[in-house]
Amino acid sequence: MEKKIRVLVAKPGLDGHDRGAKVIARALRDDGMEVIYTGLRQTPEQIVQAAIQEDADVIALSILSGAHNHLFPRVTELLAAKGVDDILVIGGGVIPEDDYDFLKSKGVAAVFGPGTPTKSTIEFIRTNLKRS
Amino acid sequence: MPDERDTEAAAKQSAAARAQAGRVSAGDMRAVARLISGLEDGDPAAVLALRALGGGGTSHVIGITGPPGSGKSTLTDKLIGVLRSRGARVGVLAVDPSSPFTGGAILGDRLRMQHHATDEGVFIRSLASRGALGGLSRATSASIRVLDAAGYDWIIIETVGVGQSEVDIVRIADTVVLVSVPGLGDDIQVIKAGIMEIGDIFVVNKADRDGADRVVRELRGMLETAAALAWSRSGGGVNGLVEAGHHGVSSLAGAVTGPGAAGLAALALDETGHPVLPPILKTVAESGEGCSELVDAIIAHRERILASGELEARRVEGARAQMRSLMAFRLVDALEGSAGAALEDELARAVVARVCDAYEAADRLFAAIMKGGLS
Repeated sequence: MEKKIRVLVAKPGLDGHDRGAKVIARALRDDGMEVIYTGLRQTPEQIVQAAIQEDADVIALSILSGAHNHLFPRVTELLAAKGVDDILVIGGGVIPEDDYDFLKSKGVAAVFGPGTPTKSTIEFIRTNLKRS
Repeated sequence: MPDERDTEAAAKQSAAARAQAGRVSAGDMRAVARLISGLEDGDPAAVLALRALGGGGTSHVIGITGPPGSGKSTLTDKLIGVLRSRGARVGVLAVDPSSPFTGGAILGDRLRMQHHATDEGVFIRSLASRGALGGLSRATSASIRVLDAAGYDWIIIETVGVGQSEVDIVRIADTVVLVSVPGLGDDIQVIKAGIMEIGDIFVVNKADRDGADRVVRELRGMLETAAALAWSRSGGGVNGLVEAGHHGVSSLAGAVTGPGAAGLAALALDETGHPVLPPILKTVAESGEGCSELVDAIIAHRERILASGELEARRVEGARAQMRSLMAFRLVDALEGSAGAALEDELARAVVARVCDAYEAADRLFAAIMKGGLS
């Protein structure tokens, strides 16, 4: 049997805009992936614990509140603290391009801004999985 | 003859399996999660690790089933809370459907339970049905075994939102909680065969809405009729039915004795020999109303079937069902290889062209699988 790609889609922070997260969840579903949707206002601790229990291959974070430079690195730090090094972390939402390099330096593999074709995100996931 | 390298590889595999099983038994969440994934993906190494798991058998499995939107996830969330407040460790397996077209899935049950995510005494795992049609997924039984070995006292299985006939949960749960809500249909719906037959405990959720009492009455009528018919089949009179009153528990007049009792095998008897009907409880899962009482009813059911030997009998039935479904999956998997797919395709075209019928095609597929010619 083929190994399924499992993606945890989560919204850290306090904004209530989950349209983008739902669109990407749906696109990944239609590409044959299993998407665990955890909903709004998740703390980094909840996200990391859920990703471990769900054995996610990917954590996809969506944020529109502006707190990405604080919350995204917190997720990667918690993963590292738990010795998890095989989950791909990606981000999306309203994030200034000036912040992309900082986020990448903190272990966020890619940031997808508004207007990114869902195909690009899917291809990125499929070619950058940290485990086969 | 197996050469030395094969033996060495096998020894290495079984050492790895034992190591993984050891981490699971120690309650290591990552090991538990990884093993469940391996079982879902049909990884032979995971099957070896499952085999190496020791202990277990002490968890009680609660099945939560009911139609989409009836509040199963919210109810599960509240049950986790009540069980945790009583000091128990809780594992949850929540099943949602896979797409029949792409195989993808949106697993959204966890959404309602996320505030338990950081509780070390709770393990929540979402499972996609991956083609299984009975309300579960093919790895659900094996995943229960994993959570059992990892020391979770209670394992809650939330099925996909079911219609009328997805009843697989009854084969793997020790206690089945059937969730209904007001407004779904008339009283004919509750006497149809299928899902309405499998509840050990009936819950009317969203009980703050109009029509909740009517659903309770219809459920009670359905359960009493079932009991009266069973009583009648066993040689008793239908007129012997009386309402015993409280909390939706009714009983039949007259102790059940002698050969007639066999006809009531499906109904439990209380200490005075009266048949006990499944309880019907009202809940408002959103506010938690009635959820503590539901846990009490589940515990009472567990104690009763443990004492009567029914728990053991159910688990034997469950193991039988699991073996059968593993056999069925093995047959289907044999068709996934290229040789199998090619033969299947050829036969499907032959059926459409009326060259042969589906029965004959199935015979030929089965014969090819049994000969091992497809692997």
